[in-house]
Amino acid sequence: MLSVETFETIEEAAGAVGERSRFMAGGTLLMVAVNYGNQGFDRIVRTSDRRLGEISNAGDRVHIGAGVTMAKVAASRDLAFLAPAARSVGGPAIRNRATVGGNLFAPHPYGDFATALLALDATVHWADGREEPIETVLQNRGQSIGLAAAVSVPRPQADEFRFLKVARVKPKGASVMALAAWLPKSAGRLENTRIAFGAMGATAARVKACEAALNGTNLDERGIEPALQAATEGLSPQDDALASGWYRREVAPIHLKRLLIPERRL
Amino acid sequence: MEKTALNFTLNGAETGVFVDAGANLLDVLRRGVGDQTPKYGCGQGSCGACSVLIDGELHLSCLTLAETVAGKSVETTAGLAGGPELHALQKAFIDGFAAQCGYCTPGMLMAARALLDSNPNPSRDDVAEAISGNICRCTGYEPIIDAILAAASGSGRRFG
Ligand SMILES: Cc1cc2nc3c(=O)[nH]c(=O)nc-3n(C[C@H](O)[C@H](O)[C@H](O)COP(=O)(O)OP(=O)(O)OC[C@H]3O[C@@H](n4cnc5c(N)ncnc54)[C@H](O)[C@@H]3O)c2cc1C
Ligand code: FES
Ligand code: FES
Repeated sequence: MLSVETFETIEEAAGAVGERSRFMAGGTLLMVAVNYGNQGFDRIVRTSDRRLGEISNAGDRVHIGAGVTMAKVAASRDLAFLAPAARSVGGPAIRNRATVGGNLFAPHPYGDFATALLALDATVHWADGREEPIETVLQNRGQSIGLAAAVSVPRPQADEFRFLKVARVKPKGASVMALAAWLPKSAGRLENTRIAFGAMGATAARVKACEAALNGTNLDERGIEPALQAATEGLSPQDDALASGWYRREVAPIHLKRLLIPERRL
Repeated sequence: MEKTALNFTLNGAETGVFVDAGANLLDVLRRGVGDQTPKYGCGQGSCGACSVLIDGELHLSCLTLAETVAGKSVETTAGLAGGPELHALQKAFIDGFAAQCGYCTPGMLMAARALLDSNPNPSRDDVAEAISGNICRCTGYEPIIDAILAAASGSGRRFG
């Protein structure tokens, strides 16, 4: 028999999550499990904590509550750089419900927004006060215990941050792959580049060989060639109904090139 | 299974119903309250047939934990017409042959209503985006997009 409990604070909710219980944020994934009679849990834990829905500026970073929806991100002036990633998630009704926190834990091929957060080197702020780089949160998420209260990201300069989702169905469709790039420059050359792929493995992942190949180069065809060669190094794309792993690997460099050097429309 | 009381406003009318823990809003609307206009297509957020407005915002009732609408306003296609006078969107759908089997229609109408409430003069792309979470297996979408644009421009035929 299923029970639902709503706690006032995220800390209390975190304390109530255990083996047979699941935390529900927007519920776009968890309600499917409920509707289809998933036997893996019998307790739903929720919170009415308003802090989870807040977006705030703190120095050079923006804090995004884990309960902020994709629709709210897309409408936020402070988060204009993340709007394309937020708008790429589902249709309008899904975006009115799907949260930032839930996207961190969404299984393949989902996690488009997490891909953008990964390329921005986001920090995950856990409900118990711990802070952890998103990269290790994603790598260890099978085992991660606890609730995310917020994520924080640096604010990139205009045009330094780019996002691209490749889907078969437009305007809405699950990812064949998602790509995000943070391309800071120093003296005209790329520095501290971040390249992340979504739907190219169990979770979103950075491609460090590709990042290293981009650092120190100009963003032009010749400069990016070694990075394109290394585009999928370390990634293990899966076969699914949308595309085979082989296909994903083959087309990834082409989409990365389109992200790095957007084609000029004549 | 233990039931809890749930009170909300449905198409402007105060509504009370007892719900099971974990029940989704679609089930409560159809079986608990008897409003059959939101449809069950998939129960997993993929088809949009169950779309409703909650406090004016578009939501999928199959993915909405029923108890989360306590004290809120829920609107369904049953509340679109004002008595015998059909809503402009309903008229435009009839005129434009935008409903064939009609299964997707209530969801399409609610998605369109949410769009026009926030953007009364949408472009064709805006409309395509607004109904992108709603699947139609009959019409090929074009008549639906045309009908929504006709309703927005006020060019739909007037009844009554
Ligand atoms: C039709 C449809 C289309 C979709 N399209 C896309 C898409 O295009 N791109 C995409 O990325 N996703 C997509 N999704 C998946 C999903 O909607 C999103 O990933 C969403 O962001 C998940 O958030 P949620 O709040 O709904 O998660 P929930 O369903 O509430 O939770 C999902 C999981 O995350 C855990 N969780 C939630 N919040 C937290 C937290 N704060 N701390 C710790 N654990 C947490 C839950 O316990 C649960 O295990 C789609 C889903 C559907 C049904
Ligand atoms: S029944 Fe709700 S989206 Fe299909
Ligand atoms: S009219 Fe039949 S599914 Fe749309």
